[in-house]
Amino acid sequence: MLLIKCPWCGYRDQSEFSAQGEAHIARPVNPHELSEEQWGDYLFFRKNPKGVHYERWVHSHGCRRWFNVIRNTATDHIHATYRPDEPVPEFSDEETDQPA
Amino acid sequence: MSVKPKPYSIFSLARNALNYHQGWQKAWRNAEPKRDYEVVIVGGGGHGLATAYYLAKECGIRDVAVVEKGWLGGGNTGRNTTIVRSNYLWDESAGLYEHAMKLWEGLSTDLNYNVMFSQRGLLHLAHSVHDMQEIGRRGNAIYLNGIDSEFVTSQQVKEMVPFINLDCRYPVHGALLQKRGGTARHDAVAWGYARAADNLGVDIIQNCEVTGFQVEDSTVKGVETTRGRIGAKKVGCVVAGHCSVLAEMAGFRLPIESFPLQALVSEPVKPIIDCVVMSGAIHAYISQSDKGELVIGAGSDAYLSYSQRGGFDIIEHTVGPIIELYPIFSRLKMLRQWGGVVDVTVDRSPLISKTPVKNLFFNCGWGTGGFKATPGSGHVFAHSIKTGDMHPIAEPFSINRFNTGALIDEGAAAAVAH
Ligand SMILES: Cc1cc2nc3c(=O)[nH]c(=O)nc-3n(C[C@H](O)[C@H](O)[C@H](O)COP(=O)(O)OP(=O)(O)OC[C@H]3O[C@@H](n4cnc5c(N)ncnc54)[C@H](O)[C@@H]3O)c2cc1C
Ligand SMILES: [Zn+2]
Repeated sequence: MLLIKCPWCGYRDQSEFSAQGEAHIARPVNPHELSEEQWGDYLFFRKNPKGVHYERWVHSHGCRRWFNVIRNTATDHIHATYRPDEPVPEFSDEETDQPA
Repeated sequence: MSVKPKPYSIFSLARNALNYHQGWQKAWRNAEPKRDYEVVIVGGGGHGLATAYYLAKECGIRDVAVVEKGWLGGGNTGRNTTIVRSNYLWDESAGLYEHAMKLWEGLSTDLNYNVMFSQRGLLHLAHSVHDMQEIGRRGNAIYLNGIDSEFVTSQQVKEMVPFINLDCRYPVHGALLQKRGGTARHDAVAWGYARAADNLGVDIIQNCEVTGFQVEDSTVKGVETTRGRIGAKKVGCVVAGHCSVLAEMAGFRLPIESFPLQALVSEPVKPIIDCVVMSGAIHAYISQSDKGELVIGAGSDAYLSYSQRGGFDIIEHTVGPIIELYPIFSRLKMLRQWGGVVDVTVDRSPLISKTPVKNLFFNCGWGTGGFKATPGSGHVFAHSIKTGDMHPIAEPFSINRFNTGALIDEGAAAAVAH
C-alpha cells in the first residue's frame, strides 16, 4: 500500500485514492478533424514506462480533488505530488516524498 | 549438437527408477547464441516457447532462438493460477480460445510431456439477477459458437461444492458451467514446450536480456542483448508485462498498461474441491492443486507498476469473499503470496499483430488471463510469422483495432478476469 501526499490533505493511505492513469495528455481541440490514427492514439495508446511516470490521482474518499504524482513504476517510490495548476516540480532520483 | 533426446515413457521411467534416477538427460540444451537466426523469439514464457515449437514443428523453420532475460517460465507463466477455459462472449475470442482448448486436449501426447491438463469443470457463479442475465447472454452465445456451456442451478452448485455457503452476503443464484474447463501445470507447459522445441533444433537461451532492436529502413535486422547482438530475419516479441518497454526500444507505443496481479496458496489439505469455482462479481476464484494447496487468484492493483508485488489490501479484498462463500476455509493458513506484471488492454483482449517495424511482430496484452490461450496463441503466431500475414484467427487482434474502433470488448461483456 502506498502512502500518498494529497496536496490539500497531506499524507493518506492509498486506499483513499483512485489512480487515473498517465498525466498531461491534452484533449485534442478539434476531435472531428483528427485521423483515426490520431484519435486512437489519444484515447488508447500510453507510454506505460518502467521508471518515472507522471500520473493523475484523485482523492476519492477525501477532498475529491485531482492532482498529479511523479512515481517510479519499477520501485513504486513517489518522488513528488503537485496540484494541476502547479508547474511540474523538479525532483531527484534519490528523493522520495514520504513523511520524515 | 547434443545427443538425440530419448522419449519419456513408462519404460524409461522404470529403467531410470532402477538407476536411482541418475540417468535422465537434461530436458533441453543450454544453447550459446549464434550470430544469426531466421527467427528470434523474445521472451521464454509459455507463449514464446509455444511459438518456437510450432515454428519448428509446423512451419518448417528450425533456425530459431528463444531469448529469455531470466529463466524459462519465470514471468507470468510460472506465476498464474492455471485456469483454462474457452467460454468467451465474442466470436473472435471464441475462435482464439477454443482453438487453444482443442490443442490443450492433445498437448501432453503431442509434446511427450505431461502438462497435467485436467478438465475438471469450471463454474462461474451468478450472485444477482443481473449476473443471471449476463451468464444467460454469454452462455447462449458460447453455445451458439459450438463450445460447451451449461446452466446449473444453485442446488447443482451445492452438489458439486457441498461446503459452499449459498445464502450469504453474496447469494448464489446459479452458475455457468464449462465442463471442458479446468487447470494445467504451468511450469510443465513451459518446460514441455521448451523440451519439444529444443528437440526440433530450437536454441533456448536463458539469462539473455534484449536491450534494443537493430532496425534499418523500418525493417528489423536483429536484437541487441546482454550477450551481444543476434541477427534475425524476423523477430517475435512475447514479453507480456514488459511489452511497452520493448515497444519503446523499437520506437512505438502500445495500447497497454502494466499492473501487478497477485495470487496466493494455502497450506496443503486433503482433496476438498474437485472443480474450479470463479466469481467475476466479487473477484474471488479458487481451485485445488494436486499438491493439495488451495490456489486463490486475487485482483490487480489499480495503478500501473512493474514492482511484481501488489498491495496488501488486495489480498484482504480477495480473502474476505472467499471466507464468506466458503466459511470452512477460514482457519486455513496461507503459505505463499506472489505477484506478476500483467499487460492489460482497454478491451481486455490480446494483441497478436504486425507493428510499424517490418518483420517485427508482437504477441502481448494477454493481461490477467492468457495462460489458457498458450497453445493457440503460439500456434497462430507461428503461422503469422512464417507467412508474414496474420493467421485468420489472429487477424482481429491486430493493434490497429484501437484506431479503427473494432474493439473486442471482453472486459465489459464478460466482466470476468481470468
Ligand atoms: C497472479 C496471476 C494469475 C493469473 N491467472 C491466470 C489464470 O488463472 N488463467 C489464465 O489463463 N491466465 C492467468 N494469468 C495470466 C497469464 O499468466 C499470462 O497471460 C500468460 O502466462 C502470459 O504468458 P507469456 O508467455 O506471454 O508471458 P510470460 O510468461 O510473462 O513470459 C514473458 C517473458 O518475457 C521475458 N522478458 C521480458 N523482457 C525481456 C527482455 N527485454 N528480454 C528477454 N526476455 C524478456 C520475461 O522474463 C518473461 O519470462 C495470471 C497472471 C498472474 C500474474
Ligand atoms: Zn485530499
